[in-house]
Amino acid sequence: MSEVRVAGVGLTPFGSHPERTGRDLFAEAALRAFEDAAVARSDVEELNYGNFMGSLAEHQGHQAPLMAEAAGVRCPATRYESACASAGVAVREAVRTVAAGDVDVVLAGGMERMTNLPTDEVTEGLAIAADDLFEVRSGVTFPGAYALMANAYFDAYGGTREDLAHVASKNHANAVPNEYAQYRKEVSVDEAMDAPPVAEPLHLYDACPITDGASALVLVSEEYAADRDLDAPVAVTGTGQGTDRMALGDRDSLARTPAADDAADAAYADADIGADAVDVAEVHDCFTIAEVLALESLGLFEPGEGIAAAREGVTTADGDLPVNLSGGLKAKGHPVGATGGSQIAELTRLLRGDHPNSDHVPDAEVGVAHNAGGTVASAVVHVLEVAE
Amino acid sequence: MSDDGADAADASSPTDREYAEWLDALADGDGFAVVCPEGHGSLPPRRVCPECGSPELSREPLDETGTVETYSVVHVPSPRFADDAPYATAVVDFGPTRLTGVVRDGDAERDGDDAAPAVAIGDAVTVDIGERATDGERLVAFRPAAGETPAEDE
Repeated sequence: MSEVRVAGVGLTPFGSHPERTGRDLFAEAALRAFEDAAVARSDVEELNYGNFMGSLAEHQGHQAPLMAEAAGVRCPATRYESACASAGVAVREAVRTVAAGDVDVVLAGGMERMTNLPTDEVTEGLAIAADDLFEVRSGVTFPGAYALMANAYFDAYGGTREDLAHVASKNHANAVPNEYAQYRKEVSVDEAMDAPPVAEPLHLYDACPITDGASALVLVSEEYAADRDLDAPVAVTGTGQGTDRMALGDRDSLARTPAADDAADAAYADADIGADAVDVAEVHDCFTIAEVLALESLGLFEPGEGIAAAREGVTTADGDLPVNLSGGLKAKGHPVGATGGSQIAELTRLLRGDHPNSDHVPDAEVGVAHNAGGTVASAVVHVLEVAE
Repeated sequence: MSDDGADAADASSPTDREYAEWLDALADGDGFAVVCPEGHGSLPPRRVCPECGSPELSREPLDETGTVETYSVVHVPSPRFADDAPYATAVVDFGPTRLTGVVRDGDAERDGDDAAPAVAIGDAVTVDIGERATDGERLVAFRPAAGETPAEDE
């Protein structure tokens, strides 16, 4: 077993780039990752690439060879698809492959183009991550599914729309200094409360935006990093994945996300840490309620207590446990097939001290990333630690 | 049950045949779940139980009335529901399994231009087949159970 180091990270600005091709977006992210890593492209032994709806958005299947070209690497290249956790599983397989000693250098990440489609087609496209027969045909949209979970949560544990508005307001505030974020503007709790409904109890500011963007990571073995004297202080020390029944209605509890429980347990065991060691987290807040569910699955809060975390200031930038200092999916944006890689990139920057929000976590040594697919039928969790 | 029991849209996709037959059963008041010897219920098509892998599956009737476990009023629909919004979707426990569907008023199909029917967690509802306002497609519809007072609008 080898320790896996993050040698370099690269992102495109997240936002609306309807005129740019997917290959150009991924090329930009990869270019930045290689500049950051100071690793030769010719050393890359695998490309693990995440993408969800490229077949719909760009009429482009079989994207991995295309993205290998765009990144300037020639090696086995595979596209991973796990809905909004596509890049998470791509990174996870890269981590496992390097940790197993099979290869020393992997380029991992993902890309999504969404804004070139009309909003209703994006809504339809995202819905394909749910069960077509028994959910989508019954009127369940992507926001609608999380709205079902939010009302189930409120019923089980309590909580209000205002609690969720605090999550939105927090993550928007975090995005302001982030040069890669889509919405670098503050949103007050009152503004969030007054926004139009999407799927009650979720309103406009409870939902992440529609986003184009790409992420890329150069992951290397500790030995490779040492041999080349790379500046790669952050290690991926734990990875875990969980799967649940596809349809929300088939889950044991509608107010919990057991797939993420499983992913977190596995990742913490892999890293040999407990949830209490976590200093900073990037979690999959595609909707505000999703952040609450993530915090509880990660063991950072007891069931029923995650709802108050933002309102009480525990997870704000100056709180004891800052969550989504990047702005999260909520304000940084959610190019679905890129998000899992982006979270690792942001955590790496936070732990290295070169993120615009690093000053909020100067002593952080352990970070956790939580990436979810669909209504958390898929979940991937990674633990990052400062290794040197 | 004949193959032409499916309506035209469902029949256009061969993979939907079993779903169409299940909707037919629901329309006839014979809604069922697929249940294994351990009592795990699921919806067709199934070869094995998704919980325990048992291949010994039998059809068991859904409860006459179900209980709303969660719901949402959807204001921003997918294109397939463009003329239906706002509408209420719900997850309802019917004994051997839960169903996800759209909540409809007790009487005629709504015309899609006013508020969604009121619904609340814990409401008792029955299930049958409704029609999507947007394109006439069949869908799972819940209606207030007889004797139930509709929930106050929240």
